[in-house]
Order: sequence, then structure tokens, then C-alpha cells
Amino acid sequence: MAGSHFTGHNPDLAHHFENLDQQRQSSRLGMWLFLVTEILFFGGLFCAYVVYRVNHPEVFIFGHHFLDKSLGALNTVVLICSSLTMAWAVRAAQLKQRAILQLMLVLSFVLAGTFLGVKYVEYSHKWHHGLLWASRYAPDAHILAEAGVEVAEAHGEEAVSESIEGVPGDEIGLAVEALPVDEVLPETLLENAADSEISKIAPAAVGPAGLVTPEARAAAEAERNAVIVNPANAKTFFSVYFLMTGLHGIHVILGMIAMLWLLKLTRQGVFDGGHYTKVDNIALYWHVVDLIWIYLFLLMYLID
Amino acid sequence: MILTGLFDMMMRLIRAPEDGGATFWMPPQSSTIAGEVDWLFNFILGISVFFFVLIVVVMLVFVVKYRRREGWETAPASTSHNTLLELTWTGIPVALVVVIFFFGFKSYLNMSTPPANAYEIQVSGQKWNWSFTYPNGYVDQNLHVPADRPVELLMTSVDVIHSFYVPAFRVKMDVVPGRYTKAWFEATMPGEYNIFCAEYCGTGHSDMSAMVIVHPSGEFGPWLEKASNFLLTMTPVEGGRKLYEIRGCQQCHSVDGGARTGPTFFKLFGKDESLTDGLTVTVDENYIRESLLEPNAKVVAGFEAVMPTYQGRLKDDEIAALIAYIKSLDGKTGEE
Amino acid sequence: MAEGHSAVVTPMSGGASGENYLTTGKGPLSWLFTLDHKRISVMYMVCILGSFLLGGVFALLIRTELWAPGATIMTADTYNKMFTLHGAVMIFLFIIPGIPAALGNFVLPLMLGAKDVALPRLNLLSFWCWLAGATVCLVSIVVGAVDTGWTFYTPYSTTTSTAVVSMTLGAFILGFSSIFTGLNFIVTIHTMRPEGMTWFKMPLFLWSLYSTAIIQVLATPVLGITLLLLIAERTLGVGIFDPALGGDPVLYQHFFWFYSHPAVYIMILPAMGIISELVSVFSGKHIFGYKFIAWSSIAIAVFSFLVWGHHMFTSGQSGLVNMIFSALTFSVAIPSAVKVFNWLATMYKGAINLAAPMLYVLSFLFLFAIGGLTGLFLGSLSVNIHLHDTYFVVAHFHYVMFGGTVIAFLGGIHYWWPKMFGRMYSEFWARISAALIFVGFNLTFFTQFVMGSHGMPRRYYNYLEVFKPYHQASTVGSYILGVAFMIMAYYLLHSLVRGEKAPENPWGGATLEWATASPPIATNFEHEMVGLDPYDIDSLKFDRQTGNYVRKDPGSIFLKPIGDE
Ligand code: HEA
Ligand code: HEA
Ligand code: HEC
Ligand code: CUA
Ligand SMILES: [Cu+2]
Repeated sequence: MAGSHFTGHNPDLAHHFENLDQQRQSSRLGMWLFLVTEILFFGGLFCAYVVYRVNHPEVFIFGHHFLDKSLGALNTVVLICSSLTMAWAVRAAQLKQRAILQLMLVLSFVLAGTFLGVKYVEYSHKWHHGLLWASRYAPDAHILAEAGVEVAEAHGEEAVSESIEGVPGDEIGLAVEALPVDEVLPETLLENAADSEISKIAPAAVGPAGLVTPEARAAAEAERNAVIVNPANAKTFFSVYFLMTGLHGIHVILGMIAMLWLLKLTRQGVFDGGHYTKVDNIALYWHVVDLIWIYLFLLMYLID
Repeated sequence: MILTGLFDMMMRLIRAPEDGGATFWMPPQSSTIAGEVDWLFNFILGISVFFFVLIVVVMLVFVVKYRRREGWETAPASTSHNTLLELTWTGIPVALVVVIFFFGFKSYLNMSTPPANAYEIQVSGQKWNWSFTYPNGYVDQNLHVPADRPVELLMTSVDVIHSFYVPAFRVKMDVVPGRYTKAWFEATMPGEYNIFCAEYCGTGHSDMSAMVIVHPSGEFGPWLEKASNFLLTMTPVEGGRKLYEIRGCQQCHSVDGGARTGPTFFKLFGKDESLTDGLTVTVDENYIRESLLEPNAKVVAGFEAVMPTYQGRLKDDEIAALIAYIKSLDGKTGEE
Repeated sequence: MAEGHSAVVTPMSGGASGENYLTTGKGPLSWLFTLDHKRISVMYMVCILGSFLLGGVFALLIRTELWAPGATIMTADTYNKMFTLHGAVMIFLFIIPGIPAALGNFVLPLMLGAKDVALPRLNLLSFWCWLAGATVCLVSIVVGAVDTGWTFYTPYSTTTSTAVVSMTLGAFILGFSSIFTGLNFIVTIHTMRPEGMTWFKMPLFLWSLYSTAIIQVLATPVLGITLLLLIAERTLGVGIFDPALGGDPVLYQHFFWFYSHPAVYIMILPAMGIISELVSVFSGKHIFGYKFIAWSSIAIAVFSFLVWGHHMFTSGQSGLVNMIFSALTFSVAIPSAVKVFNWLATMYKGAINLAAPMLYVLSFLFLFAIGGLTGLFLGSLSVNIHLHDTYFVVAHFHYVMFGGTVIAFLGGIHYWWPKMFGRMYSEFWARISAALIFVGFNLTFFTQFVMGSHGMPRRYYNYLEVFKPYHQASTVGSYILGVAFMIMAYYLLHSLVRGEKAPENPWGGATLEWATASPPIATNFEHEMVGLDPYDIDSLKFDRQTGNYVRKDPGSIFLKPIGDE
């Protein structure tokens, strides 16, 4: 089938195109559209991040202390460098400089590998201390103590004020009306509930936690204050962290595979004629991966 | 507004007053806002029927008049655009939808802002029943309300999302875990109306129903008084049985030996129950108490840990009554 | 190749060898690894109709269960799985890929006079993604199925014990199939139009596929990430949607509908494109208001991103948000109205040919008007509060999806069948089954409007006795539908072996696909084509002897034979 399908004269020109220009335009436009979908894909995650962060700022304030800013910064530099080498690779392909192209691809690949290596160090550190996503979240005591002290000293006050707002039942979702428990419960009901003489019957649950009796309220309050050191949902921060960096990591791996493929094509001499579209497309992809990382770095590591 | 007036008249013709305002399309109108909603429904219906008939008639006339005949296989070229026509058939629908939107929004505002003097009842949804808590703390499985008085519902869910729906009142509002939502209505006609759960919530979704009982004004207060004190006036076994019915146990536990979502209560007391972790436990007062307060502490083999906790929701004397009731289901005391 | 007609058809008719795309290359591998858009389209067609059959079987089981309140043939849990699978199969496997993948793939390059889509490998990858996604979904059905409803609302979907992860994973993979098809179409339309075919000389079907593709590319990734989040929520407990971890279950609904509302226009836009082609060809007359129809497709695509909140009027979102979404919802109705009126105007003073495809056009106008107009009830706030999640909504979306999309799809299949397979089907049986579908459909779903507005909630296994007569009428209607589709399956399959050979242009279409052989050769055309006015039906004349329409000026649409450079 394929044989009869491709009967062009020029080996670079697929049979269904009229000329190379048309072919180049097509793959370029296709790549741009693909990148749009990639950005929308991460865009959804960023939206979820924003909503959660607006509702629970204390979780993020708390969580980001466990991320290593200097490793993150290092990785940012590494990726920016790799973007540069990729851009250079495109230039080399355009100018038919096979040796330089090859070198740049190798360099980009190595830099991408470095990025993953650093990421591995970060991940294993978290693994070691049990700072994992929600269901595996079991931080060991001393890392908490370490961070707790630091948090209390450096950010004590603002953390308190913010965490008070984060009471359960205050999940103000995206344009969604929700009412804090205190405003909602009529005073009389609370009294009735406390005083079993008036009625023999307890109120039904008024919330998932059933926070109606004064004792329960006091307990909840205490729990909320404890939030300063270790907010109840800190684990969610790590879920978000692993989700976003993990997805990004997968994209890095895909990029590296693409670089290997380009390298192979280079060695076969495919780009000697100056048909750099493939290199160009992969480079575009790589820039987007880089860009996404910069946002991740800003939003996860550099919160305050 | 000639069109709307005309429609109002037509609708009055087909509405049977003795049926509480029910029509071919709508259930009876039993709340103050139902009339408004139905009016708008009929208004849109009028517009829709008009356009639908127009489209179908024009289409059929063309089919008959211009159908293909021998030697007439292609039509000679004629005008293929007319800007004035296009503007007309863009403009008229625009005007109409603006009107529809306006009325929809207006009556929505009335539906969503409860009057200040509303009587407040708390609603809790859980798989798969409703419970309604009155201001004095009394809990019932059905919603009792006074007629001609605005009632505001403050709602939340224990597990997944449900939706509180009373067709006769044209009221619907989702009941969401972790948050409160509000709905209000003012019932106009004493009687009983269905409450449905309108948001899919699992196995028992279609059976998650209850009734609204609208008491004539003046009769609601006395009813509440009487209903609230049942434990004082009943024996523990009777009281326990009533609790079993109104607090949702019935939903998952049978009293005749059949298995539902949970194990049956029949001959439960004193039985040796094997648990999922391989241990066995003898069902006594303490175990029942624990099953209510911490249902997942010991999970019975063959069942899933889905029973909600009643911690903070059942008082000691209620638990005692439930235990008394479960004890009485020994197959001898005459209880089935 | 239509040997019998080779004498009359114009110079470009078929390779002398009689080869066509169906016969070049033999064996299953030559299909599975083909890069030919026509073969990919045929494979898609087979798979998609198979999915429709599966979804239809689920539908008939649903209707049988609802014959009486309470248990009839299955338990509540089975029923819940049944409507979830029905919805999920119909939406993700059948109707979203539907017209673009099964018909668009075939017709789009032909209408452009091109040899293939711009990115044939991506096209094949899209089909493989469909296969992979469908396989995962089927496995999930076999290992335990899902009971969440096709909307997968949290927190129900994160807590139920059924196979949510594998089903959503399947849908996630299917999303890529859809993205790739859309992306490919945009690129192809941008770069492969022939000489003379300016944007406003494109057939309207291409405009509709183009606007569909925009939605596919922009909305589907968001569905992808939503499903990933849902999977992460279930497996890792990430807490974004879980109130117990401070998340927001309603946020999921925003995410879901941000895709799934535009998705309903992924379904209807290509259908509208088919109707635009058919109404002009079967009225033997130029389409009316070309530019308005073209722009209204784009307008629908743009507005479709702004109205998702109308599925959530009762979810507890603020009144202001509700007001804005309600207002925007009505904006989508206007371009749809414009199209309907232009189609009617096209019929005016035409030469209306009541062949099977045209019966589907008439059916479409009737049913889509009802479906669309009932959208107005749902879009207005106070009425929506009463109707939301009742059978009124169920009836609304079947009228638009079945009465709109499926009917147009069937119209398209009947219209392009001779081109795709080179055979004619039995016109008699085609008319019978079109009529039966019309009757059965209305009986099934009109009753649902009535019970819905009376307060019958959807996704109900058990129901009140008062609704029984409506349910029974609906069930009877669905059986009629089943019979009608069996007839259709029979005569279409029969035509493949016994059908009369089809001429190049049996209906009188002026678009380029009718200017090549039926079925086309592997490389589509023997000449380079020129884009003329695609609705200039007056440039054709009917040849009674061969039942073929021929150009009055045969040479007008070719440039030069391919290969002469
Ligand atoms: C093919 C798919 C399709 C299409 C085209 C539409 C088209 C429309 N839909 Fe529908 N809809 C669905 C599929 C579709 N829908 C599905 C699947 C659901 C439910 C999902 C679920 O919950 O499971 C749904 C649910 C749904 C809801 C939510 C209901 C609820 O759950 O509460 C709403 C609310 O606004 C709505 C509105 C509309 C509107 C205004 C249009 C408009 O685009 C219609 C425009 C068309 C016309 C208006 C008719 C033609 C014009 C004329 C005849 C001229 C006269 C016109 C005027 C005077 C304006 N739809
Ligand atoms: C494309 C979309 C689509 C289509 C076509 C249909 C078609 C049908 N649907 Fe459904 N439906 C949905 C999409 C669709 N549906 C969705 C999204 C839901 C919501 C699910 C949810 O709540 O989560 C739903 C829900 C739904 C319900 C509500 C369930 C509930 O809420 O409890 C019902 C009930 O009657 C129903 C019935 C039917 C029936 C009788 C048909 C019939 O029209 C089917 C007729 C078809 C056949 C009988 C198949 C025959 C085919 C062949 C024989 C092969 C043909 C071969 C060739 C042509 C070559 N559907
Ligand atoms: C949503 C369903 C559900 C509701 C409502 C429910 N239960 Fe249960 N219950 C279960 C399930 C399932 C089990 C078995 C698993 C377990 O032990 O947790 C159970 C176990 C029990 C047991 C232990 C039974 C045994 O065999 O050892 C007791 C006692 C009990 N429930 C009492 C009650 C009472 C009293 C109520 C109402 C006030 C109630 N339950 C409401 C589902 C429910
Ligand atoms: Cu509760 Cu459905
Ligand atoms: Cu919508």
C-alpha cells in the first residue's frame, strides 16, 4: 500500500503535497496547534491550582517550605540553557552545519538529563521523608519539627491570620456561594443543642463533621489553630506538586526521546539539505516545556 | 405583549382548576412561585409552537409545490442571498430571546431570595434518605410545613451530591457535601407532595424520596409540639422503632432477616458476628453503641464500610431506645 | 469502478485499470496500516456504527427495564451501569468522532480536490487512538462497568466501587483521537485548498468541519486534564475535588462542562454542515445565504465556550453567575436560527428530489427545531430550575443529538454511500426505514417531554405509577427504532454485494468529490482540480439514460492531469 502511496520525485516531499513549501507550512501549523493543546492541558491544572490556592493559602505557604529553592533555581537555569542549545540547533540545521547540529542536540539532551537528575534528587528526598501525595503522606517527625520551627519564626503571624480564614465549610469555590458554619447556624439551634433539657432530640448533622455542640466547635477551633504548624490538608500541596511536576517530567522525557530521534536523523544526513522543519518543531515543543517549568517554579517554589 | 396575553388566556382554558392548576404539561401549582414559572413556560411554549408550525408548514408547502418533476431535475438559478431577509430573521429571534431571558431572570430572582421572615428548616441528604431538622431540634424523615408561610431550607449533604426537588413547588436545589445551599418556597395548598432526589447518587437514587406535608395554617405548631416529644410518650421499644424508621436505619437494615446494604437486625442481639479482619464479636449493648458512633471500627464480614457515623447526631437516650428495639427483634417478643 | 457507465462519464472517470481505493492493496494489514484517508474513514465508519449498535442495545435494555416501576429485568445497580454505559458509549465512542471521523475524513480531501489530508500519519494515529481508547472502555465494561452517569460527577465518582478509572482512562485516550482529527482538518483546510478555492468558495461542510475542529482542539485538552485529575483523585486522593480534603466537588462540574458543552457543538456543527450540502443538492438549487451559514458556524463555535454554566443552575453557584450564563446561552440560539431559515429559503423555488437523503433533511428540520426550541426552555433560569435533571432534559438532548446529529449522519451516509462504495442501496427500503425512524423516534422521546415537565427525574430506576403510560409509550417507540435500524443495516449491507453500480454523480452535487470516480481511485483524482462555486448546480445537467449528472462544461474544473509537471 505505502509503496503506491508515495510516488513523489523528491524523497523529502510526501506524495500528497504539491511542493515543499506547502509541506513545511502544514507541519508548522500542525505543531503550533499541538502546542496550543499542550498549553490548554496544563492550563486546566493551573486553574485547579489557583482555585485550591485561593481557598487554602495556608496549605501552600506551609508546603512550599519543603521545596528546595536552590535546586529548583538550578533546574530553571539548566532548562533555559537547553532551550538556548535547541535554538542553536535549529540555526545549525538551517545553515546545514551537521557537526554543530549534532553537538547542540547532544548538549540539549544532556541538559535535559541533568534536569531529570536534579528532579530525582528532589523526589528521593521527599520520598525519604514521607512528603508524598495525599494517600502516601507520612512526614517523619523531625522534618516537620524543623520546618515547624522555621515556619513559626519566620511566618508566624501572617500564617495565623490566613489560616483562620481557612475554616472547614469555607470552601468558596469558583464563583460559588458558600457560607461559613458560624454565619449559617442560627444561634437558637446551637443553644438548643447544648441544652438537652429543652428537647430530648439531638439535631441532625448540619455538616459533614457535625460541628454543632460547643465542645465540638472548640475542638475544631483548636484543630484550626494547630494549622499554623501543620495544616490539615498539607498533603494536598504535595499531591498538586507531584501531579504538576510529574506531568512536566513526562513531557521532558518525551522531549528527550524526540532529541534522540533527531540525532539519529542527523547522522543519517537527513538535515544536510537544510530541511530543518523537524528540528524546528521539536525545538518549539521544547521551548514550551521550558516555559511551563518556569511557571511551575514560580508557582510552587517561590510562593511568597 | 399581545402575544403573552393571548397565551395566558389560552392556558386558562385548558387548565382544570379542580386539579390544583395541573395542565397537560405541568403538575399542580402549589407554591407562590409556581404560577410565575408556568407562565414563562407557556410563553416560551407559545413562541416555540409558532416557530415550529411555521417551519414545518413552510417546509411541507415547498416540498409539494416545488417537487422535482421530469425535465425539472435542477432548478434554474435564482437569487441566493438577500441581506434584508437575513437581518429580519436574525433580528426577530434576538428580540424574542431577550424577552425570554428577562422574564426567566426576573422570576429566578424571586425564587432565589427568601423573605426575611421565613421559617427555617435544616435539610440533610445522605444515601438514600432525607432528614429535616426543625428549629427546636426535632428530626423527621418527611418535611412538614405550614401553608401560607415562607419556609427556608438550609441544606447540606453527608456524603455525595443530592438535589432537593419538589415538582409541585417548582423548587430544586443541589445538596452538596462540605457546603450549605439554600432554597425557599411558600406552599399555598394544604396536602401532600412528592420530594425527589434529582441528582444521581447511586443505588437508591430513585428511592430517595420523601413527602412534603403542608399543614393548614394553625395546625403546624401543635403537630410539631406533639411530634417532638415522642420518646417521652412512648416505650423505649416503640421509640426505638420510630427512630429506626425516621433516622434512616431502615434504608440499610431490614428487620425480617433479609440482607440490604447492611446486616439485618432480626435476631441480631446476642449473635456472634464475624468481622472482615477475621475476629468475631458478640453483639451486645456496647457493640451496638460502637457500631453507631464508629461504624468503621468493626466491619461485619460480607459488607462494605459504608454506614455513616451517628456521632453527635443521636443522643444517649435515643441510642438506648434503638438498642431496646434491636433487642426486641429476637423472633419471640412478637416483633417481626 | 463503474464499468457500465464508463462510456458516458467525463474524461477523468477512473483509472483504465478499474482500480479503486478499495481494491488497491489486499489483506487486513493493508487496511490497518493504510495512510489513505478513505480507508481510514471506512474503518472509522465500521467501528463507529458498531459502537452505535452497542449503545443502542444498552438503550433498548434501559427502555425494557422502564416498562414498569421497580424491577423488571435487572437490579438498580445494573440499571445505573446501563444508562452510564449507554451515555458514555454514545457520546465518547459514537457521536463525537461520528461525522468528522467517518464522513469528514472521506469527504474533506475530496472536496478540496486534494490527494489526502495534510498529515496522513497523524490521521492513522487518530484511528489507533480511537481503537485503543475503545478497547480500554470495553475492557472496563467487561470487568465491572461504571455507575456514575456519563458526567462522572464527584464526589460520587471518587467514592463508588465501580471501574471508574479504566472508563475515564478510555475516554482520555479517545480525547487524543478527537484532537488529532481536528488538528489535521484545520491544517488541511489551511494549506491544501486548490487553486481558485478561496475561503468563501469552500463547501459549507468544510466550514462546519473547520469550526468543529477549533472546538476539538481548544476544548478537548481540558477534558483530558479533568479526567486525569479525576483518576488522580481516585488513586492518589489528591483532594482537589474532595470536600474532606478542602477541595471543591463543584469545581469538577465547571471543568467537565467547560469541555462537554462545546462538545455538544462538536456533535451538531458537522451535522449542520451535512444539511447545508444536502438541502442545496436535493433542491437542485444554489444554497441560500452562503456567507451567513458559514459565519454562523464560526459564531456557534465561539459562543459555545461561554455557556457551560447552564448545566449548573441548581448547583449553588451565585445568582450573578447564573444570570450571565443564561444570557449567553441564548446567544447560541441565534446562529442556529439563521441556519434553519436559510435552509428553508434554499428550498424555495427549487426542484425538490425526495430521495432518502432528503427525507433525512426534512426529518432533521422537524426534529432539530423541537430539540433546539426546548433548549430555550432550559436556558431560561426559572424554568430550568424546575426542568433540570428531569426527563425534559433527556428528551431535549435526544432531540438534538438523535433528531439532529444522528439523522444528519444517516442523511450523509445515504448521500455519500454511492461515492464511498460505488453501489446504490434500495431506495424503497431506505424510505421505509427513514419513515419508521421518524415515527419511532417521536413516540420514544416526545412522551419524555411531558413526563419530564410533570417532574419525572432522570436516572430513575423506579418511578411513580402515574408515569407508567408515558414510559410504556416510550418503550414501544424504542422498539420501532430498533426494527427500523435493522432494516437499514440489512439493505445497506445488501447493497454492498448486490447493489446497482453507482454513477459518478447520482444526486447532482457540484462539489469536487462528485467529479471523480465512484469509488475514487487511491490517489483521488487524475487531474488537478480547480475550486469553483460549490453550489452552482445550474452548471450540471441530468443524463436520464445513465442516471448521472454531468457538467455542461466538462473541462471547467480540471487544471491538468496529475503527473504532468
Ligand atoms: C447535539 C447536541 C446539543 C445541541 C445542539 C444543544 C443545543 C442547545 N441546548 Fe442542549 N444539551 C445537550 C445537547 C445539545 N444541546 C445535552 C447532551 C445536554 C444534557 C447533558 C446531560 O446533563 O447529560 C443538554 C442540556 C442542556 C441544558 C441544561 C439542562 C439541564 O441539565 O438543566 C441547557 C440549558 O440551557 C441546554 C440548552 C441548549 C440550547 C439553548 C441549545 C441551542 O443551541 C439550540 C439552538 C436551536 C434552536 C433555537 C432551534 C432552531 C431555531 C429556530 C427553530 C428558530 C426560532 C428560534 C428562536 C425564536 C430563538 N441544553
Ligand atoms: C448520541 C447519543 C445518543 C443516542 C443516539 C441515544 C439513543 C437512545 N437513547 Fe439515550 N442517552 C444518551 C445519548 C444517546 N441516546 C445520553 C448521553 C444519555 C444520558 C446518560 C446519563 O444519564 O448518564 C442518555 C440517556 C437515555 C435515557 C435516560 C436514562 C435515565 O435517565 O434513566 C433513555 C431512556 O429512555 C435513553 C433512551 C435511548 C433510546 C431508546 C435510544 C434509541 O434512539 C436508540 C436506537 C438505536 C438502536 C436500537 C441501535 C440500532 C443499531 C443498529 C441495528 C446498527 C445499525 C447499523 C447500521 C445503520 C449499518 N437514553
Ligand atoms: C448507608 C447504609 C446504613 C445506614 C443508613 C445505617 N447502617 Fe448500620 N450498617 C450498615 C452496614 C453496611 C453495616 C455492616 C458493616 C459495618 O459493620 O460497618 C452496618 C452495621 C450496623 C450494625 C452492626 C451489625 C452487625 O451485624 O454486627 C449495627 C448495630 C447498625 N449498623 C445499626 C444501625 C442503626 C441503628 C442505624 C440507624 C440509626 C444504621 N445502622 C444506619 C449500613 C447502614
Ligand atoms: Cu440522592 Cu439522588
Ligand atoms: Cu450545554
